[in-house]
Amino acid sequence: MSTTAGGRVTNDLAGHEMSTRPTPDSGRTPDQDVAVVIDNVTKQFGEVEALRGLSAGIRYGRLTGLVRPDGAGKTTLMRIMTGLLVPDGGHVTLAGFDVVRDNDAIHIASGYMPQRFGLYEDLSVMENLRLYAQLRGLDADQHGDLFASLLDFTRLGPFTMRLAGKLSGGMKQKLGLACALMARPRVLLLDEPSVGVDPVSRQDLWRMVQALTDDGMAVVWLTAYLDEAERCECVLLLNEGRLEFDGPPQELTGRLKQRSFRLTGAGDERRTLLSRALDLASVGDGVIQGDAVRVVLRQDVLREEIDTLAGSVGATVEPVQPRFEDAFIDLLGGGPGGTSALAERMEPVELDSDIAVSCRNLTRRFGDFTATDNVSFEVRKGEIFGLLGPNGAGKSTTFKMLCGLQKPTEGGAQVVGHDLRRATGAAKGRLGYMAQKFSLYGLLSVRQNLEFSAGVYGLDGATRRSRVNEMIETFDLQQYLGTSPDSLPLGFKQRLALACALMHRPPVLFLDEPTSGVDPITRREFWTHINGLARKGVTVMVTTHFMDEAEYCDRVAMMYNARLIALDTPDALKRDSRSDRHPDPTMEDAFIDLVESAEGRDQAGMDAKGAA
Amino acid sequence: MRRQFGDFSATRLRAQIVKEILSLLRDPRSRLLVFAPPLMQLLIFAFAATLEVRNADMAVYNHDAGQWSHELVARVGAADFVDRLYTVRSRDELRQLINRRRVIAALDIPQDFSRNIIAGRTAKVQVIVDGRRSNAGQITVGYLSLIAADVGAAARRALLHESAVGVRHWFNPNLVYRWFVVPALAGILVFFSALMITALSIARERELGTFDQLLVSPTTTLEIIVAKTMPALAVGVVLGLMMIAASAFIFRIPFQGSFWWLLPSLLLFILSVVGIGLMVSAVSATQQQAILGASAIGVPAVLMSGFATPVENMPVVLQWMAQGIPLTHFLVVVQGTFLKAMPASDIIANTWPLGVIALVSLSLATLFVRSGLE
Repeated sequence: MSTTAGGRVTNDLAGHEMSTRPTPDSGRTPDQDVAVVIDNVTKQFGEVEALRGLSAGIRYGRLTGLVRPDGAGKTTLMRIMTGLLVPDGGHVTLAGFDVVRDNDAIHIASGYMPQRFGLYEDLSVMENLRLYAQLRGLDADQHGDLFASLLDFTRLGPFTMRLAGKLSGGMKQKLGLACALMARPRVLLLDEPSVGVDPVSRQDLWRMVQALTDDGMAVVWLTAYLDEAERCECVLLLNEGRLEFDGPPQELTGRLKQRSFRLTGAGDERRTLLSRALDLASVGDGVIQGDAVRVVLRQDVLREEIDTLAGSVGATVEPVQPRFEDAFIDLLGGGPGGTSALAERMEPVELDSDIAVSCRNLTRRFGDFTATDNVSFEVRKGEIFGLLGPNGAGKSTTFKMLCGLQKPTEGGAQVVGHDLRRATGAAKGRLGYMAQKFSLYGLLSVRQNLEFSAGVYGLDGATRRSRVNEMIETFDLQQYLGTSPDSLPLGFKQRLALACALMHRPPVLFLDEPTSGVDPITRREFWTHINGLARKGVTVMVTTHFMDEAEYCDRVAMMYNARLIALDTPDALKRDSRSDRHPDPTMEDAFIDLVESAEGRDQAGMDAKGAA
Repeated sequence: MRRQFGDFSATRLRAQIVKEILSLLRDPRSRLLVFAPPLMQLLIFAFAATLEVRNADMAVYNHDAGQWSHELVARVGAADFVDRLYTVRSRDELRQLINRRRVIAALDIPQDFSRNIIAGRTAKVQVIVDGRRSNAGQITVGYLSLIAADVGAAARRALLHESAVGVRHWFNPNLVYRWFVVPALAGILVFFSALMITALSIARERELGTFDQLLVSPTTTLEIIVAKTMPALAVGVVLGLMMIAASAFIFRIPFQGSFWWLLPSLLLFILSVVGIGLMVSAVSATQQQAILGASAIGVPAVLMSGFATPVENMPVVLQWMAQGIPLTHFLVVVQGTFLKAMPASDIIANTWPLGVIALVSLSLATLFVRSGLE
């Protein structure tokens, strides 16, 4: 039975012009070529159908992206492939072994790196490696060469004595990878390896995975990021427990030829332009990219509407290369509309001054360690201001000082003219805050959460009732009022968190990694609201890992090593990093370029000091 | 400080108190977890944690045919704690009974027992105890010595026509162990419940990230502490009252004192425990740390409170430290109220330290939360 499934997949693949590397050994029969065969697998958790009759194949020497933009399905599949979970129906064969019957063999044939790798934080890098070697039944003392090559491969050599708990997110993932590679597996399964990893470390991970597949290993990279999926040689796209697409990403993207456009020249009107474009019947999806607006037309429609719209605001329309994300949204039937019911109800924000948030010489030291070093900037009213940087660069400390969660060692910050040190209460009453994990009370119902947020901001009586009802209506929460936020679908959870943060109509909104772990459609809905709010004059401060999201910002502050290394519009940052290597750099390229040149400067400074 | 008080808002406080009560009691499972385990522990421990020996089987090997040995055997056989009394005729038989754990102890009465008593000499009885059951064995030996002393006294009276001397224990005339242990257990169990509920409260919010959400809102540290204190205080007092009711009505322990004096003492007791719990919670980053912290404080607090060993028997330094433990003071009050109708002045003397502990710990908790912001 597994042969048929494998054969089908191989035929599928063979039917396409492969732009990626050809299979190294094309003389192999299809069966030898297929590392993992997934045959009609089903899995149910209570009422939830995580997998519904899934069939697919994963091949050796190739990086396969397993993509589901949110939630359970893909982790479930991953756990079934490693033999940690028994499927309700169907079979999975990995490297020729049935995952249920030959469970022991699976652990030898496969390497698995879970989302949070089980590193022992109180052990050093070397001790972790030795421990995993011993767990794998290897004699740690006789494998000095193996360790050396793994450390060299992961570039962790200089950090062998450091405790795993003290490593950055990216370095932890690399150590996790080294441990998973210990037994030289034939199939490597990576469960969201890039979560919490900054672009520089992420690039490193890609390089390593590339080297492994070149050696003939089958690598499965589980991800929620569609830009990562685009870089895989083959993609399995899961949605609601079903396989939506199986093949090279270029094939899916190819379906969107002549449907992606960039609208440039709208300038300050770009948010309005996006909102109006998304409300057009012919437009399925749209995002902001720096100064431009990017739209994707629905299938079989003419570009007439979008041309007319662009003409009305003096913008020019040019066709662009479709991206995997465009194709994904299209596959799911398009994104949400462009009008934010929330922003529609908001009164325009009036402030005494044009500056909504400012900080001066903001410095924070923890003992010898400086987390934020002399940072100053001003944010104008109605601006969307992004704070970016690799892990440990000091962006979250800076962010916390700006919203009053941490006190600066030196310098100060103001929110709508209130000093956070002196008028704490007054300043806090004017800011809204949405934390990374949504921070809702799971023990309270949805309505009780809303009422609590209103109450804690001093809203009472009729005001509170009307605000709560307004939020329920705006965000369509009626059906969930009695349930716990924990059991809400992700999109609704995010709506609720936003409703709670905006209950007191703050003129400034702080968003700490607001969309990590959220699917692209929910993310678009979220940004529709944020764009709408910005148009009403709400100032938005946001930290993010998504380089795509940095494009939504009016200006981006880039932090590295506790210092502000760049502050400009996304377009200007991209322009400045233009080079022969990257003639049309993405935000991610710009980020890596900025960090690398800052590293270079630091090194040069240290060398100069040493020479003197 | 002044500004913090000036900013106090009833609306914000109410919202937070409602939130705290709901998080504690909205879920039926957590509601059950708050009340059921302490009550069940009271029932179980009250029966299990006893220092009495009951239903013990004994053996007697009597070589003496005299009056006084018969008197002794009769008294042992009639004693409350003895279930069966085996009469054996040989040393072997006696050894067998002990080896097979049929009896916990055996009496070996020598031939000259009665003769010695009549002659006014000291008469001896050998007691053989199963050393494998050392604790119960020791208590049994204690009981037996009392019986032997009684026999001795009776013999003296009979010989010298002395008047009888009786001992009467005040407040607990029959020395019922449970009378002493149950009110104290009630205090200890309430202490642990209140400590855990509060120790987890801030730590849980930290773990979930809702604490940051609270800190960015205009609410003040004082409001946060007050809001976290109220529901824990209410739950603790209700639980305390349930325990006291169980002691009085289920265990039938005489309640001699005034309920209306016990109540304020209970209130201040819970308040001081809540303060300590919040202090632990304010410095804990995770719930795990909070649980470890609460145990690190709770276990020694119980051991030093005078429940296990009288405070007066401890070294002076530890006696001072014991004064900082709310349980030390409350145990005096609750046992006194139950067994001896403790006068108001004594209750006050043991209650004001609770107020001081509450004030200090709650202030420190407030300070710790605020310094977390620095």
